Amino acid sequence: MPTNEVIHGLGLDDYKFGFVTDSEPVFRARPGLDADIVRQIAARKDEPEWMLKRRLRALAIYESKPMPKWGGDLSELEETLAQTYFYSKPHEQMERSWEDVPENIKLTFERLGIPEAERKILAGVGAQYDSEMVYHSLKEEWEAKGVIFDSIEDGLRNHPELFRRHFGTVIPAADNKFAALNSAVWSGGSFVYIPPGVHLETPLQAYFRVNQERLGQFERTLIIADEGSRAHYIEGCTAPVYSTDSFHSGVIEIVVNPRAYFRYTTIQNWSNNMYNLVTQRALVHEGAHMEWLDGNLGSKLTMKYPSCYLMGEGAHGEILSIAYAGDGQHQDTGGKVIHVAPRTTSSIVSKSISKGTGRASYRGLCKVYDGAERARSNVECDALLINETSRTDTFPYIEIDERSATVGHEATVSKVGDEQLFYLMSRGLDEAEAMALIVRGFIEPIAKELPLEYAVELNRLIELEMEGSVG
Amino acid sequence: MKKSPILAVRGLRASVAEAGVEILKGVELEIGAGEIHAIMGPNGSGKSTLAKVIAGHPGYEADGGHVRLRGENLLDLEPDERAQAGVFMAFQYPVEIPGVSIANFLRSALQARLEDGEELDLFDFQDLLTGCMGLLGMDPSFAQRAVNDGLSGGEKKQSEILQMAVLKPALAVLDETDSGLDIDALKVVAAGVNALREENPEMSVLLITHYQRILDHVQPDAVHVMVNGRIVESGGPEVALELEAQGYEEYRRTHAA
Ligand SMILES: Nc1ncnc2c1ncn2[C@@H]1O[C@H](COP(=O)(O)OP(=O)(O)OP(=O)(O)O)[C@@H](O)[C@H]1O
Ligand SMILES: [Mg+2]
Repeated sequence: MPTNEVIHGLGLDDYKFGFVTDSEPVFRARPGLDADIVRQIAARKDEPEWMLKRRLRALAIYESKPMPKWGGDLSELEETLAQTYFYSKPHEQMERSWEDVPENIKLTFERLGIPEAERKILAGVGAQYDSEMVYHSLKEEWEAKGVIFDSIEDGLRNHPELFRRHFGTVIPAADNKFAALNSAVWSGGSFVYIPPGVHLETPLQAYFRVNQERLGQFERTLIIADEGSRAHYIEGCTAPVYSTDSFHSGVIEIVVNPRAYFRYTTIQNWSNNMYNLVTQRALVHEGAHMEWLDGNLGSKLTMKYPSCYLMGEGAHGEILSIAYAGDGQHQDTGGKVIHVAPRTTSSIVSKSISKGTGRASYRGLCKVYDGAERARSNVECDALLINETSRTDTFPYIEIDERSATVGHEATVSKVGDEQLFYLMSRGLDEAEAMALIVRGFIEPIAKELPLEYAVELNRLIELEMEGSVG
Repeated sequence: MKKSPILAVRGLRASVAEAGVEILKGVELEIGAGEIHAIMGPNGSGKSTLAKVIAGHPGYEADGGHVRLRGENLLDLEPDERAQAGVFMAFQYPVEIPGVSIANFLRSALQARLEDGEELDLFDFQDLLTGCMGLLGMDPSFAQRAVNDGLSGGEKKQSEILQMAVLKPALAVLDETDSGLDIDALKVVAAGVNALREENPEMSVLLITHYQRILDHVQPDAVHVMVNGRIVESGGPEVALELEAQGYEEYRRTHAA
């Protein structure tokens, strides 16, 4: 297909988007982490005193917490962190219009593989390049409605009260070691506020990529969907290949106020030397509705469990996730739903694909507190194994302290069958095409929830991945 | 006058790849362009195995003989290459591919025939699909159903015929496509096969069946009887009528394993 050709034309092998453009950061801290680095970050950003204090407190928490022993293998991570640059800033100013974006940065965006879709959505996109927003433009319609869609730095600067009221309330620094790390050194990310009753038809999109060797990416996003609002936020990113291990550890906090509806979509495709440890959580209040749609491809190890804390009566949380573990990769993903209030409902649908020596683990928590009367939760996880060497495992944790709650869990593991391959090949598809079609069918229930250009992108990535799976 | 053969099967011996059990024990069969041949035979006699060996199922190994399509030895080709060469097999037990619609599947199959860099025209495809579905009296929404997943037994068979209609093979091997169809569906499928042949008089059909019924609608040029991995009798439509009356007892006795 021509779309594949374009990508092949880049002359890249293992990781199709693994190119590097030269861009000299304006400022870059030295590698490693201590209080001085944290002070430098805060000073460069011209942050208020309270934020610096928070950062320093978070650093102390980070240092006091041990490396997690569960999940994936983090034994080489300490070394990686010592090599990591914790902050870099590519440009002094936020760019407002596409024309102002420097050529080499544009080139990077173009080479990401979906330039057409990218251009189409530029009018409303916030894109992150390295640690900060380079390009960020907001549709006039949104401005008129009072919607805030800013870089996290601008959010802090321009909306200090709103920011301070919510920052760190969904995911406190003490939540886990990597949340603490992020709270100490965060840089870049989005700040979003949807006023009461405002409905947005067009998704808010942030496209970002990490583009500097050994640059840790600690994006921080804070979203507040106020009462009765409706919106959809989309984030997608790919990263270039490097010889040393890279590290990404984001924190995404979302507050969904009563009767609001919010969906957060991520497709991440990291290069396969990346540690990707992300904490994302939503507080879902009375009658509100939160959906996480999470796609994880690439990386060396991803540990990511989007969660919904169902705080108010009748709140609903949904987590749809797709994980793709290629050779040597470990996707440890899933979701958490915490039922605190009565009549809260949730569902987790997780689909994973393991190829070659890839390993996909589902790790999920469903907790129902005493008093969350008639809470209902359903978990479904399906794993597809491509090769004999592929691996999958399931770790469902279920804790129920409420008698009237109903919780269902269903797990399936399937292999790509020889009969399926033969059937498709007997209609003229070659083995890789047949495999890709089976995989696409497998993830279809989730892919159909994606906006078209993302579904196309996902399908294309899977086709590329399947090319190496036969033989 | 006999037309030049589309399919020539000579001395074909084949076994189950893993077990090494021989199932086809020297099959001889020749089908001319535009001809319809029926194969009948008791359960387990090797009819489906013959169909799968023609289509290239990896679970079977050809141990001897050859299968030629327009002179080209199919046994050297992968299943997809055989499809590209013009072979189509309607499965006795169609396989479920969850999440893939019939329309998407057919589009991928047609796309796979094009040269690299060529893109299937979606409007042409839509016209072709709609036309074929009309021919088979199918509701257009049927193409949005998943490939065999959640389809009834009869619907699966109809979907196989739809695929044949869209892919327009040179040789269609229909393995018990008539089993499991209700009387009306059987007529529609038969009418579809006939209409396709009208459109493409060169298309040859190898029809595996247990019942005379479908042969009332699709007139065979020849009927073969397969017993224990061999074709033991060939003749005209009267062979099927005799079988209908007498069963396989006589053949079984004379061609025991
Ligand atoms: N993969 C396999 N493994 C073991 N035995 C097999 C396999 N495939 C076919 N056989 C055996 O080969 C013989 C022929 O099977 P085949 O399916 O070709 O019969 P058939 O003539 O199509 O029968 P039916 O009329 O019941 O469809 C049977 O005895 C069957 O059990
Ligand atoms: Mg059979």
